[in-house]
Amino acid sequence: MSEMRYREALNLALREEMTADRNVFIMGEDVGVFNGAFKVTDGLLKEFGEERVRDTPISENTIVGMGVGAAMVGLRPVVELMTINFSLLAMDQIINHMAPIHYMFGGQVRVPIVVRMPQGAGHQLAATHSHSFEAFFQHVPGLLVATPSTPADAKGLLKAAIRDDNPVIFIEHETLYGMKGEVPDDPSFIVPFGQAAVRREGTDVTIVGISRMAVTAQKAAEQLAERGVSAEVIDPRTLRPLDLDTILRSVEKTNRVVIAEEGWPHGGVGANMTALIQEQAFDYLDAPIQRVAGADVPMPYSRPLEQAAYPHAENIVAAAMATFETGDRV
Amino acid sequence: MVNAMEAGDPSNAGQPSPGVNLAGGDATPQQRPAPRFQPDHMLPDAERGKAVLYRMLLIRRFEERAGEMYARAKIGGFLHLCIGEEATVVGTSAAMRSNDYLISTYREHGQVLARGTPPQEVMAELFGRVTGVSKGRGGSMHMFDAERRFMGGYGIVGGNLPIAAGLGLAAAYRGTDDAVVCMLGDGATNQGTFGETLNLAALWKLPVVFIIVNNQFGMGTSLARHSAMTKLAAKGEGFGVPGTTCDGMDVLDVESCVKNALDLARSDRQPVLIEAVTYRFRGHSVADPEEYRSKEEVDEWRQRDPIVQFANKLIRGGAITGAEAEALDKLALQEVDAAVKFADESPYPELDTLYDDVYVLGDQLRGWYSVDARSPDTQRGEGIAGDAELQRIAEASAAHTEGADFDEQIVMREGVARDTPGPPPLPLPPEEGV
Repeated sequence: MSEMRYREALNLALREEMTADRNVFIMGEDVGVFNGAFKVTDGLLKEFGEERVRDTPISENTIVGMGVGAAMVGLRPVVELMTINFSLLAMDQIINHMAPIHYMFGGQVRVPIVVRMPQGAGHQLAATHSHSFEAFFQHVPGLLVATPSTPADAKGLLKAAIRDDNPVIFIEHETLYGMKGEVPDDPSFIVPFGQAAVRREGTDVTIVGISRMAVTAQKAAEQLAERGVSAEVIDPRTLRPLDLDTILRSVEKTNRVVIAEEGWPHGGVGANMTALIQEQAFDYLDAPIQRVAGADVPMPYSRPLEQAAYPHAENIVAAAMATFETGDRV
Repeated sequence: MVNAMEAGDPSNAGQPSPGVNLAGGDATPQQRPAPRFQPDHMLPDAERGKAVLYRMLLIRRFEERAGEMYARAKIGGFLHLCIGEEATVVGTSAAMRSNDYLISTYREHGQVLARGTPPQEVMAELFGRVTGVSKGRGGSMHMFDAERRFMGGYGIVGGNLPIAAGLGLAAAYRGTDDAVVCMLGDGATNQGTFGETLNLAALWKLPVVFIIVNNQFGMGTSLARHSAMTKLAAKGEGFGVPGTTCDGMDVLDVESCVKNALDLARSDRQPVLIEAVTYRFRGHSVADPEEYRSKEEVDEWRQRDPIVQFANKLIRGGAITGAEAEALDKLALQEVDAAVKFADESPYPELDTLYDDVYVLGDQLRGWYSVDARSPDTQRGEGIAGDAELQRIAEASAAHTEGADFDEQIVMREGVARDTPGPPPLPLPPEEGV
């Protein structure tokens, strides 16, 4: 184990996979000479050269599409998009091409590409740089979607993503890049897709936290403990595939659920997960499922407004407490 | 000899007269003088001439029958035929090596055939059968043949351009001498991917030949009404991609032009843009009332039918006889008939394959949870399908088969005659020439 930051763990994953497999290469805006907008690709140009670490023009749709083409003939591109909002320019390539190609062409061709991007609010970047869009991508059959929330998962999931033969949307979080944590040194360490992590065991309420909200949920659990509530915190780690079993097992134990995400509430990750839980564990629920989500607004700039527009531990605590107060509502 | 023969070719003599003018500007067919890499083209020898002519005839007859099958509701969805564009299609493939990649648009049946995919697999795809080239998953717009490096038809205008550049990038990355040919329509030159991809291909020196199949219309909007710059070959200059124009109705001109471009792409490692000036004789798709152009305009272009022109040249050049041309046409019709029979007799995909190939499943990814209750259990991450699920699939499959006698359910499509008469014989010239 070594202690390192989330961005360093990602960097190490890229370095290890590029060393192990010459088919792996990186392209994106300012990933090379600039060393990455968030320094995730720091030093890789120097180490691997410009053939394998390619600075691109600002052409998101085409960068992703070129990755698709290269992947179709056996390369393993890792495409970086500077923020998740910019992925919207590449939605045609992601949803009309990358996702369906394997299916649409009768399984004749694979698209082993990883598209990395950070999301999240908190840096006062307003409505074009701060959103959380995992709900868009988890909607699409053909895509795998990862949302790492720790340095170890950042490394293990990225390595798994690069080795996978499916297209992967890899969603990092801007405010987690500086987070420190223990990361296994073993180059063969990966975190398989579809295995949720139980971040904290508890008996009274299950809190499912997506992306950064998995971290926020742990803070909330500490506050709940002070109130005598034992919360279990689950980080799904990947939304496609989704490890629903781990969530259901927890629900069977706690009978109460809070789902926390940073994105918009309508049609969000929590909305979908709520449906899945009530379909498969309705009889285990003692209270309506609570959702904590970002405010249903474009992200505002002004600091107090922005702070009010995405969830904090207090919001999750309130939602968890609400699951104990539902008797009167029915 | 070649010059004398061409001078006598009536199909080269007339220039189309102005057609309907919807734009108030130049909406007539583009009759710009075609700059050539070579001014004239030697006639191919008899064997090659026949092969090229046969491929064009096969595509023409295939498309005609496809249109007929569409009218009889054997084919669903959209059907975009390339009738009139055969010289561009076949000339391109004729110039390519077998290890080159071809990537196309949604008007791609002809290009798959030109690449050598058996017609029955293409027809079966149109019929939605499991024997289709994409196993019935793609249909008319999404053919794919990995073996022949046909890297797909794509339904999004301009969507294939970035992918083409990615194929070129892979060739460059690996240091192979594979090149990529990317077909696009005149309409695609207005998409953002056109500029983005040409810029990147030039910047990274990728061996990609972009061929604009300028058939004069982006769906129903004529070139002059959809593009401020109608000299499409020049649209690449600002992105550092040299452009050239060829006569898309002349298979030899297309072949020569594409071959030179491929040589350049391969040896100089640079993209090339080609504008092949052509015309689609049929509508955008089969159900197209064609209100945006006049019958006279279509007739003018039909005078330059690429197959008739080429057959004429071969016959007058003594490469083949008129009887041989007729025989090739008969052979093409037979092959297409066999393709229709094969497609019609092929099974539909089994219903329990609905979820196959959404993902590549492996050691790491054994399954995934779907929110769709119809997902077979294996797709729900629970291992083997349970008995109840197998029973459900079996019942659904039986119900499907019962109602699947589509022969009994010929649907009349709007705007399409129910019983299209069989294709007329091609107006091949007499053996003696004109």
